[in-house]
Amino acid sequence: MSSNKSRSALTILGIVIGIASVIALISVGQGASQGITSRIESLGTNLLVVMPGSQRQSGNIVRGGMGSSQSLTLEDADAIRQGIADIIAVAPTVSSRKQVTVKGQNTNTSIYGIDGNYFGIKNIEMDLGSAITGQQIQSRAKVAILGPTTRDDLFGEGVDPTGQKIRIGGQEFSVIGVTKAKGGTGFGSADDLIYIPLTAAQQYVTGNQSVSNINIQVSSADLMSFVQAQVQSLLLERHRISDETKADFSIMNQADMLSAMSSVTDTLTLLLAAIAGISLLVGGIGIMNMMLTTVTERTREIGLRKSLGAKNHDISNQFLAESVSLTFIGGVIGVIVGWAAAWLISKFGSMTTSVTSWSIFLSVGIAALVGIVFGYYPASRAAKLDPIDALRYQ
Amino acid sequence: MIKCENIVKIYQTGGNETPVLRDVSFEIQKGEYLAIMGPSGSGKSTLMHILGALDRPTSGRYFLDGKNVFDLSGDEMAEIRSQKIGFVFQSFNLLPRSTVLRNVMVPLIYNRKITKAERRAKAERALKAVGLEKELWTHLSNQLSGGQMQRVAIARALINDPGIILADEPTGNLDSKTGAVVLDTFEKLNKENGHTIILITHDKNVAEHARRIIEIKDGVIISDRKKN
Repeated sequence: MSSNKSRSALTILGIVIGIASVIALISVGQGASQGITSRIESLGTNLLVVMPGSQRQSGNIVRGGMGSSQSLTLEDADAIRQGIADIIAVAPTVSSRKQVTVKGQNTNTSIYGIDGNYFGIKNIEMDLGSAITGQQIQSRAKVAILGPTTRDDLFGEGVDPTGQKIRIGGQEFSVIGVTKAKGGTGFGSADDLIYIPLTAAQQYVTGNQSVSNINIQVSSADLMSFVQAQVQSLLLERHRISDETKADFSIMNQADMLSAMSSVTDTLTLLLAAIAGISLLVGGIGIMNMMLTTVTERTREIGLRKSLGAKNHDISNQFLAESVSLTFIGGVIGVIVGWAAAWLISKFGSMTTSVTSWSIFLSVGIAALVGIVFGYYPASRAAKLDPIDALRYQ
Repeated sequence: MIKCENIVKIYQTGGNETPVLRDVSFEIQKGEYLAIMGPSGSGKSTLMHILGALDRPTSGRYFLDGKNVFDLSGDEMAEIRSQKIGFVFQSFNLLPRSTVLRNVMVPLIYNRKITKAERRAKAERALKAVGLEKELWTHLSNQLSGGQMQRVAIARALINDPGIILADEPTGNLDSKTGAVVLDTFEKLNKENGHTIILITHDKNVAEHARRIIEIKDGVIISDRKKN
């Protein structure tokens, strides 16, 4: 092994590249997964969301899309609040998309009608101004709190819009505050919307008494399913529906959402690891190629060792140990290189990465395994050499 | 100690049967210094491979210390090679990039019961027995002269204290002067330490150093004489 350093180094390089790409790509997948998890958790903890519409996929009655029906009311929210234990808070919301204008600027954004519990459940904090008060909710006050992105669209970045007027669907609202940015873009962003009192939203924006969803914060993660079942039966009873499959609402469990999202990122991680695995395979074939060359070169030595009393397994162990130590060295260097690559990706790329201990152990283990698998054939070939032929070999 | 009964070896190459040894029988006692002499193609190398438990005959029996070697498995034959036989080759067959001491210790690697310190002590004893100068022990083996290399090889053959040393043309790659040193070493090992020594050679002058000469030609023994 040490006798042909450049050949060993090149062979090790193949393993280094394989292991480094496994580490780096898994770190990208893990980074994405952790990012999504923390974003979902930032939306609030232990959350159940009741939405109108049905989960039902089949049936003889044509239904509208989920959330399009108007089956949930404020009374449902009150009933949940009063009828079920283990709940910290209940926050019904009314939402709708509307064109919003202010002095010639306009944007199309989500209008959320909320009550006093909503910011608490969703961990939303105020950046400027003040939150909506119970008084404003009762009096259907025409006040609005902007998300930071909406504020940027309507007033410009960093401007304090409190006291300004905006028009939502023909009604004039005065801005009383701006929320802190929560991060995230695109659909469902908590930064691109406008909060107004729930009662005002029902009166001026949607024009009916239904609510768009009911957020329920459960007191502990263990009770999520239990509370979900209770809410389910309570609402079925209130809506006089006996058949569960015909329910005119659905309940989304944050834990379900989390597991759905993490199954997506797990698949992503697996895919990336598989791609990296291909380069590891190529590296392994490189090892096998080199070991076969070495066995041929050292035929005389093998014959000599056998004539001096080496058993077949002594010979094969010697060559296996050699290939495993090559791949192990490659694996350790690969972990360092992969770690550095992951660090560079998160430093200079737009992705977050996360090198986990299991990916390190996994790849060093795989490296050693590659050494065994691809070293096995050359080693057994060496062991099977006939000592007399091997001694004669020139 | 060694007993060969009707040893026959036939090589099969491409459907042709080539008999190399035909009905060879002899006995060797412990402590003998023996030469097996014959021209090339006489079958003496094949005989050495059989005596050294490297090869099996086509028929016949070979007893080593009362055990029929060819009833043994491959691993058991390797055990015999390691414990009872020391090989010395014409082309020395040392590991070129290893030191003299390491080369001498190679046969001990395959016996895990021996500690490192014991290995070194045995190697030093063997190197002293062949009279190799101490300052050469840490040299790489390819820095030595031919005569020195062959003495290293003899030390390696001695390290497990085998009953038999099998030397295949040990002076074939040496000039007559260094060859004589090597032959003196065998002489000394036989006389002083009681090792059984079997020289395989085509050279009558080399064979004359032994006290018994078996001459072999075309796969049969044509003479077996003892000197006094």
